[in-house]
Amino acid sequence: MRKLMMAAAIALPMFGGAAIAQETVKIGYIDPLSGGGASIGEVGLKTFQFIADELNAKGGIQGKKVEIVPLDNKTNPQESLIQAQKAIDAGVRYLTQGNGSSVAGALSDFVTKYNERNPGKEVLYFNYAAVDPVLTNAKCSFWHFRWDANSDIKMEALTNYMKTVPAVKNVYLINQDYSFGESVRSQAKAMLAAKRPDIKIVGDELHPLLKITDFAPYVAKIKASGADTVVTGNWGQDFSLLLKAAADAGLKVNWYTYYAGGTGGPTAIKQANLNHQVFAIGEGFPNLGNPSADAFERALRAKYDFSLFYPRAVNEMRMFAAAADKAKSIEPVKVAAALEGMEFDVYDGGKGTMRKDDHQFFQPMYIASFGERTDKEPFDEEKTGWGWKTAAKIEVDQTMLPTTCKMERPN
Amino acid sequence: MLELIVISTLNGVLFGMLLFLMASGLTVIFSMLGVLNFAHASFYMLGAFFGFQISRWFGFWPALLIAPLLAGAIGAGVERFGLRRVHRNGHVAELLFTFGLAFVIEEIVQIIWGKSPVDFRIPPVLDFSAFTIFSTNYPAYKMFMLLVSIAIFAALLIVLKKTRIGLIVQAALTHPHMVGHLGHNVGRIFMLVFGVGTALAAVAGVIAGPALVTQANMAGLLGPILFVVVVVGGLGSLPGAFVASLLIGLVQTFAVSMNGSLSGAFGPLSPDYASTWLADIWSVTIAQIAPIMPYVLLVLILIFRPMGLLGTRET
Repeated sequence: MRKLMMAAAIALPMFGGAAIAQETVKIGYIDPLSGGGASIGEVGLKTFQFIADELNAKGGIQGKKVEIVPLDNKTNPQESLIQAQKAIDAGVRYLTQGNGSSVAGALSDFVTKYNERNPGKEVLYFNYAAVDPVLTNAKCSFWHFRWDANSDIKMEALTNYMKTVPAVKNVYLINQDYSFGESVRSQAKAMLAAKRPDIKIVGDELHPLLKITDFAPYVAKIKASGADTVVTGNWGQDFSLLLKAAADAGLKVNWYTYYAGGTGGPTAIKQANLNHQVFAIGEGFPNLGNPSADAFERALRAKYDFSLFYPRAVNEMRMFAAAADKAKSIEPVKVAAALEGMEFDVYDGGKGTMRKDDHQFFQPMYIASFGERTDKEPFDEEKTGWGWKTAAKIEVDQTMLPTTCKMERPN
Repeated sequence: MLELIVISTLNGVLFGMLLFLMASGLTVIFSMLGVLNFAHASFYMLGAFFGFQISRWFGFWPALLIAPLLAGAIGAGVERFGLRRVHRNGHVAELLFTFGLAFVIEEIVQIIWGKSPVDFRIPPVLDFSAFTIFSTNYPAYKMFMLLVSIAIFAALLIVLKKTRIGLIVQAALTHPHMVGHLGHNVGRIFMLVFGVGTALAAVAGVIAGPALVTQANMAGLLGPILFVVVVVGGLGSLPGAFVASLLIGLVQTFAVSMNGSLSGAFGPLSPDYASTWLADIWSVTIAQIAPIMPYVLLVLILIFRPMGLLGTRET
């Protein structure tokens, strides 16, 4: 069944594409559509299709229809390269991917090499969620553009907020044991030490990725440490199970997180009854009060049973359209040149910039807490009745970090 | 410190008892059919999802009864119409059959309930904290889980040791042909044991579902550790499975709470080695390797006591 669906997913756009090749801009969406990451990948796919519909309603990109080509990579780097090659063979010139920095690293390498060998047939890679800083630093590529703030930028913004909260005294770090968790942990330590030397790090834990079923032992340890604040980059079940165990043990701390808004997160926070005690950092949340974002959110929710988790995906697609207009072409090289240094009005209001030096997008960031709503917060999450409330806005200049990227541009 | 020890003990015993609920069925099936049932944890997952669905319709308590019966019936069906046919082709075929079955069950669960976690809640009657110890609340539901596990352990032990059915099952474990010659339907005994074993896994699923997470990959998370319990405890030994479950629960919980590392014990490594693999090993904490502790135990047991802690037979 899965094979059949995969074959159909690849074959159908091919047939369709052949007939109207000149009329469409095809974007290969490479993310997990089966296996453990499928629940996240499916939400992403529907989000992209929704944005494509929005663009098409306004005449598409440079008058051409936008089409999202779904490609299942099972969160596996090797599988991703096979899918990327398939997509390219089917005439796709733009790839987008977000889940997993290991996949992102492989794709970025692949696209760079492919473009070296195939001048005139270049492919661009739009990264909407893989946050490993290395992709826009040591391993940056001209063909890679990232719309999500990388994990260092997020920690910079998060700690800029935390340093203004006097209640933060004893911080416990708990993260997943892989490159991303490692970078969250080391950046949190370094930045907190620099910005608030009085804060004590009372615990620093790494646990296996997506393997723990019962976080009770970890919570007992957090409790014993006397922490008042926990910082975690955990996502997926590693986040929801951690919160569940914390609620069971009656652990009362404030949580500073990256991905509390992910699927299952809001439900876990509500079940744990942590009213406005869980904070998340992101480039946008529902309830920020921007009229155009509110309209988008309402339309999305009317169609699907989830809310917008990827304002960055909206930024990516809209900015792609704007860059194509600026270049008056959908030729990847010209679009890439137009994107460099481009300023853009982001989804939640305000200006963002695609930095030329490293192709990292900088934008206003927000810190929001999840809990009971007032009249100012019309949207709830996952039918919990609770919603996001803005705690702070971090301006663009407060998120700027230097890069070590030495960009190699094509001649 | 005392606080951490007490809480860790409680948590460890609780996790251990949950493991035991699943391992008890597996170890009996293992010793009877001589095959590792790779799909055993899938029945735990089925129990959780059936429990979720039935508790939506009729409430938690009927679910606690009906879901295991349903899963047990499916388990018995699998033995009668699947395993028994495959059995003719030897153990490898059986192994592959249960291996495939685990994937089939996972796919079916994904098709019906989707890939995201479902909202399976603790029944309101049990949603309060039973007692507070060192300012940590201990939820009543966890005490309930503990009591159910102990009750099932006691019931199983009595049935196996004191009743006629238990006598026949025990005999069939070691001398299936003799039991058959005495006029007992060995095939039916196998089916019954398989059904009960999977039903027990389903009980674990129903009670663990609300406390942990109910989603399509929950079988994969607990599956491997079950085999550790069975091997460490000794094949077919119920008390062995009990001891091994508790042991693994406690080892894992206590390891998490320990921060010690080689660098903590012997001081930091000389800077010459800072960028080598040695530095990684030197600074890794016991807490970080806690999840692999049970597998270390497995390897040690296989080397030094292959029959398991309380097992009698080497396999």
